[in-house]
Amino acid sequence: MIIKRNAADMAAALANGETTSVALTQAHLDRIAEVDKDVHAFLYVDTEGALAQAALADQKRAAGKKLSPLAGIPLALKDVMVQKGIPTTCGSKMLEGWRPPYDSTVVSKLRAADVVILGKTNMDEFAMGSSTENSAYGPTHNPWDLSRIPGGSGGGSSASLAAFEAPLAIGTDTGGSIRQPAAVTGTVGVKPTYGGVSRYGLVAFSSSLDQAGPCGRTVLDTALLHETIAGHDPKDSTSINATVPAIVIAAKNGNVKGLKIGVIKELQGEGYQAGVLNRFNESLELLAGLGAEIIEVSCSYFEYALAAYYLIAPSECSSNLARFDAMRYGIRVGDKSGVSAEEVMNLTREVGFGREVKRRIILGTYALSSGYYDAYYGSAQKVRTLIKQDFDNAFTKTDVLVSPTAPTTAFKIGEKADDPIAMYLNDIATIPVNMAGICGMSLPSGLADEDNLPAGFQIMAPAMKDDRLYNVGAALESALLSKWGAPILSHVSGLGARA
Amino acid sequence: MSLKYEDVIAKYEPVLGLEVHVELGTASKMFCGCNTIFGAEPNTQTCPVCLGLPGALPVVNEKAIEYTIMIGLALNCSIAPFSRFARKNYFYPDMPKNFQTSQYDEPICVNGFLDVEIDSNEGIKKFRVEVERVHMEEDTGKSLHVGGATGRIHGADYSLLDYNRAGIPLVEIVTKIVPGTGKYAPEVARAYVAELRDILRSLNVSDVKMEQGSLRCDANVSLRLIGSDVLGTRSETKNVNSLRSVERAVRGEMIRHAELLNKGERVVQETRHFQEDTGLTRSGRSKEQAEDYRYFPEPDLVPIVPDATWIETMRAALPEKPSIHRKRLQEAWAVPDKEMASMINADVLEIVEATVILGADPTKARGWWLGEIARIANEKEVAATDLPITPKDVAEIVALVATGDLTDKLARQVIEAVIAGEGRPSEVIEKRGIKVVSDDGALMAAIKKAISTQPDVAEKVRGGNVPAAGALIGAVMKETKGQADAAKVRELLLKHLGQ
Amino acid sequence: MAGISRDDVANLARLARIDMTPAELDHLASELGVILNAVARVQEVAGQNVPPTSHPLPLQNVYRKDEVVPSLTPEAALSAAPASEAQRFKVPKILGEEA
Repeated sequence: MIIKRNAADMAAALANGETTSVALTQAHLDRIAEVDKDVHAFLYVDTEGALAQAALADQKRAAGKKLSPLAGIPLALKDVMVQKGIPTTCGSKMLEGWRPPYDSTVVSKLRAADVVILGKTNMDEFAMGSSTENSAYGPTHNPWDLSRIPGGSGGGSSASLAAFEAPLAIGTDTGGSIRQPAAVTGTVGVKPTYGGVSRYGLVAFSSSLDQAGPCGRTVLDTALLHETIAGHDPKDSTSINATVPAIVIAAKNGNVKGLKIGVIKELQGEGYQAGVLNRFNESLELLAGLGAEIIEVSCSYFEYALAAYYLIAPSECSSNLARFDAMRYGIRVGDKSGVSAEEVMNLTREVGFGREVKRRIILGTYALSSGYYDAYYGSAQKVRTLIKQDFDNAFTKTDVLVSPTAPTTAFKIGEKADDPIAMYLNDIATIPVNMAGICGMSLPSGLADEDNLPAGFQIMAPAMKDDRLYNVGAALESALLSKWGAPILSHVSGLGARA
Repeated sequence: MSLKYEDVIAKYEPVLGLEVHVELGTASKMFCGCNTIFGAEPNTQTCPVCLGLPGALPVVNEKAIEYTIMIGLALNCSIAPFSRFARKNYFYPDMPKNFQTSQYDEPICVNGFLDVEIDSNEGIKKFRVEVERVHMEEDTGKSLHVGGATGRIHGADYSLLDYNRAGIPLVEIVTKIVPGTGKYAPEVARAYVAELRDILRSLNVSDVKMEQGSLRCDANVSLRLIGSDVLGTRSETKNVNSLRSVERAVRGEMIRHAELLNKGERVVQETRHFQEDTGLTRSGRSKEQAEDYRYFPEPDLVPIVPDATWIETMRAALPEKPSIHRKRLQEAWAVPDKEMASMINADVLEIVEATVILGADPTKARGWWLGEIARIANEKEVAATDLPITPKDVAEIVALVATGDLTDKLARQVIEAVIAGEGRPSEVIEKRGIKVVSDDGALMAAIKKAISTQPDVAEKVRGGNVPAAGALIGAVMKETKGQADAAKVRELLLKHLGQ
Repeated sequence: MAGISRDDVANLARLARIDMTPAELDHLASELGVILNAVARVQEVAGQNVPPTSHPLPLQNVYRKDEVVPSLTPEAALSAAPASEAQRFKVPKILGEEA
């Protein structure tokens, strides 16, 4: 069944004429029609647009045009990324019905590469959450177990991959929103170096932490997508103006011989599920077996990362989300004769934002307010410096750092909904990467013993050394595949009659 | 019954502070490529960035930085080796992001000064106004209040927003408090704004039109008892749209404060709006609670670290200071102080200079701009420089008078016609058939006709009563429709009558 | 660690322009108290000698040339407006001070 193949194999099938992009796209649209009522990965499916893009890719191929490696391959786009004319809600009621008049740079690059955009995927409202339960449009269900969360905020993107609704997806990662969903769905996700992929057209949650990135079912697929969307963008002042590292080559090499791999002492142990740690340690053994040198390193300030993150991200979001005021776009509540603009703003923001978003806006407003700035926002920025220093020191002794991606496997929908702090702890291992602006990958390390649910293995590399993630990831993936005999997602069952 | 100004200054010492906002004359906006044309159709100069659409990101206009540094240098400021943008967070419908991208504790230029002179009964007095900072920010959109009586905000039914102005680069120039001006505070405020305007104009960084809002002044005024060093509470007066208004606003506020203080009442620290018609200010305060702007470094932009060579290049290229330039012109044109002051007051110095550069005699050029043209401007209640007559037109007219092709009287007709839109001077002369009758034959015919109709007058002149010739000359001028050179007529007439 | 009162939350909600019911204010006050207690530990290590990091990259001087690029058409600019009139965004009456 073609939808179960990897993107790289689909590309080969398109290249050798075995299938067409229209057929491939239709197969995915059929799959979505079949299973998405259960998974709810998509908020919007652009059937017509996707088929038109597919037809165009086929035409170009037939005309003998030089095509990108992913030409004609379908993709799912996280609903936080704007696409001209296509509804973009960010999982919020606030933006219900909004059709942006412009394309994000990521979308422009995907179009230029003739990638077929199937539709927009579900997410925690404005990317705030770790379970996709904060979507105003209802939660996404984990294809491994529909009663469980698919991670968040990009749960829709990761679930679409695990449910074979799309072979590739775009996510965004502010504190782990690509990597943690990848971990709990048995897929691969990369948070590129900050500034490696343009943020233009990514609806901002926390500007200094947000980073768009690729999601796939294999390391190579993810690399192909990463290379497609990466590169300098003059429309994003924080975009890095340098050559993109040779990501795809690294993903094809996968050689860790002689590499120094640092295990971060502070990102394991208490709070981590035993089965997750077991898979993590097995992966380390495999890497050692491939000739890598495993070293333990300490990053003592990481214990403050979560606290600093939950000051910086809310502070920035309180300002970024101020623009949703019912004046120029989005919903408007309470506009009747005699009601002032100020009151309409208040009413709209009350109704348009969900609980978690409001919580963070209020927290951020507090952290930035006069008299508290130094104690909260200012202190958090200092912690950021300390975390960067921890990474810098660790990378003097190692090539990459590793940890479990998330402390646990997928939890039940509703289980942590009323405990923000417990929810925030999901991101304890992913947040330091965002704070320092470096890059990180999550790939599956196997199924946890307790629940037979996927566990994630996180690799971290210095800024602009994204190729190292793919090198190590490819080596580990290959070793794990030999051990398992079949891809981990072959264990996803019970979804749709034809799956 | 309002207090007399003399009584105010007998008791109180005014303390001034001035904040001037200047719209820079860049081709594109501060953070996006939208056009900046004044008076364009509503919402035709907007894009995702300046509309604050979700996902859009700012990129700094390099020219705006250059202009700001030039302003700082011209105001004797230090240029900060490191400065940043910050977000000023507050909600207002004309501000698309509900934060203004501005500068806070790290402005680009600091600690400058500007020397100003005022012409008083006690002679020329000099004051040094210290400049605290020069920083960059962006302008807001414009609101149109519909319904209610006056188009004012209060009583309006709803408002209409045009974002063409949103995102136009603004520079804010803030003075330190200016003590020691005594009774001259209103004049010093005006002279400061005038001098600043001339500097900005000489730098060619803004069109500095107060009436169009490209230069706006907020005047902060407080009073303290003479001899006391306790500062009084200040008011901040906005909406001061002309040099004259600056002076009136400061004087008006001094009187208002003194009246309150004399009655034992408190001056409220607040924003007030200057009323052009009454010369009074009105409270603009509508919120009981203070705003908290929650400034923090703008995460979407990177620091400004201007290259020292760049700064020095700009410093070296600064134009002559307006004060020095004026002195040079005065000497070159041999203009008495009083005349020079009239030109400055009438704001025609620059246009006279332009006329002189085009070849006109300085005295003549000044005569026309301060005379006939100023008269028409007064009639029409506009500035002479805003009339549709150019230095080139005036230079042409001066030249025609010099060659005898126009008389002063004819020249006035030409000026009126040019201003009435009949075309350039040559076209007006052509269309109206204006020419000096210099043909002796034609003049003699008219002279003889005049003598024949007024033989008694001719007799008196023959008899030595030369002043009586006026009546005959008048008749000749009438006969030639004013196109004759009166001096020439006089000469021919007297000769003909044997005088 | 001082707690956060309901009035504090009400003031923050006013600054953030979010209407809140008294019940929401109470709920958020207690929740924020817990969260603030947890995040306040950043102060333990934020010494005088530690410089703040507001941005993960050491980028500086990123500019664009002063060149005009095409704007949106007014139709596109206004396409998502909840209300419009005379090619302008139509909004309820504005209470604030005059700009």
